[in-house]
Amino acid sequence: MAEVTQLIHHYLRHNKKFPHVLCPGCGHGIVLGSLVRSIHQLGLTKDEVVLVAGIGCSGRIAVYTDFNTVHTTHGRALTFATGIKMANPGLKVIVIMGDGDALSIGGNHFIHAARRNIGVTALILNNNIYGMTGGQSSSTTPQDSVSMTTPFGQMEKSFDIVELAKAAGAHYVARSTVLHVKLLDRIIVTALERPGFNLVEALTPCHTQFGRKNKFKTVVDMYKWYKKNALPLDALAKLPEAQRNARVPIGIFVQEEAHSLEDRYVMLRSRLQEGAS
Amino acid sequence: MTKKKELTEVFIYPDWCKGCGICVAFCPSQVLELGPDGKARVIKGKECVNCGFCEYHCPDFAIVVKTKPLLKNYANHAQQGQKAQPQK
Ligand SMILES: Cc1ncc(C[n+]2csc(CCOP(=O)(O)OP(=O)(O)O)c2C)c(N)n1
Ligand code: SF4
Ligand code: SF4
Ligand code: SF4
Repeated sequence: MAEVTQLIHHYLRHNKKFPHVLCPGCGHGIVLGSLVRSIHQLGLTKDEVVLVAGIGCSGRIAVYTDFNTVHTTHGRALTFATGIKMANPGLKVIVIMGDGDALSIGGNHFIHAARRNIGVTALILNNNIYGMTGGQSSSTTPQDSVSMTTPFGQMEKSFDIVELAKAAGAHYVARSTVLHVKLLDRIIVTALERPGFNLVEALTPCHTQFGRKNKFKTVVDMYKWYKKNALPLDALAKLPEAQRNARVPIGIFVQEEAHSLEDRYVMLRSRLQEGAS
Repeated sequence: MTKKKELTEVFIYPDWCKGCGICVAFCPSQVLELGPDGKARVIKGKECVNCGFCEYHCPDFAIVVKTKPLLKNYANHAQQGQKAQPQK
């Protein structure tokens, strides 16, 4: 097994301060490992990959890895990524965002990137909270749960990222938890192999800002919660209907073929050039 | 991936370990514990079944599980009475 950790070290920027800044047990670190393994598995060189990150604890991932990296502004990572992909479609563009980043401040960019089918992989690290800024509720904070800004419980309904991505027209939609890390590796690899907009949601625990306030004594309890409640789609289908609602489905929800925006642009250009000659 | 016991050696880098306890809680063979310094440490290395859980899930890349190809070779050698072949 030793190759797993050694491999990750090969992709880290060792001139940055380690251990990284994330809290003990923060699932974002597991996503970082999964992402590195997935990129390595596809045999991509460091120069072929661009990580575009928003702002948040999740965005720190880009700082620590030795790919082309752009640490952008809060909520706008997808717009930078769209520009990069249109300018140089040969690059593998991966966008790392928190739930607050992608769906609260950046929600508009998210639905339109999905609708346009721009060829980037959006990796949303969903910890149900604004981690970096002190635990304000985000649009994925579950109803009734406690946060710094909802001390008596969140009144609003939360977004289901998978459902939102589906409705916005994404052609690849997948979800895993960081506990189910082999599944996470698998869905990231598939996403990176595909053209068009690919959505990968990683459920990742933030004990510091969310778990503590919501009856999880330790971060390990949050991982145990994933173990108990997250269920692959095929296993979920076998459950009696009444029991399904309480579970968190994981796996691949949508996988369809369609031309990406940058491909359509090339096609349009050659059509117009043919017409002109 | 071998599932045989005693063919691995588990290393923890205390400088990188933050003591979150994920590896300790989920190791199927109770190989690890949190020491008095709050960092993970190996207590029953021989029980490791090389499942890889700890290495895949440590958010801080502080664990390495090394297989012992040499030891495995010697085991085969003793069992089969043949010359040990280098591991591929
Ligand atoms: C335009 C703008 N508004 C607000 C902020 C402050 N801010 C920084 S990170 C963040 C939220 C981070 O939460 P999330 O995206 O869920 O990532 P996490 O830290 O949980 O990984 C906010 C509101 C900012 N940097 N820029
Ligand atoms: S505050 Fe939450 S998201 Fe940020 S590093 Fe800590 S555990 Fe992770
Ligand atoms: S999972 Fe990693 S950081 Fe957490 S206790 Fe184990 S070795 Fe330390
Ligand atoms: S590889 Fe598996 S059995 Fe061995 S120490 Fe890690 S979690 Fe325990």
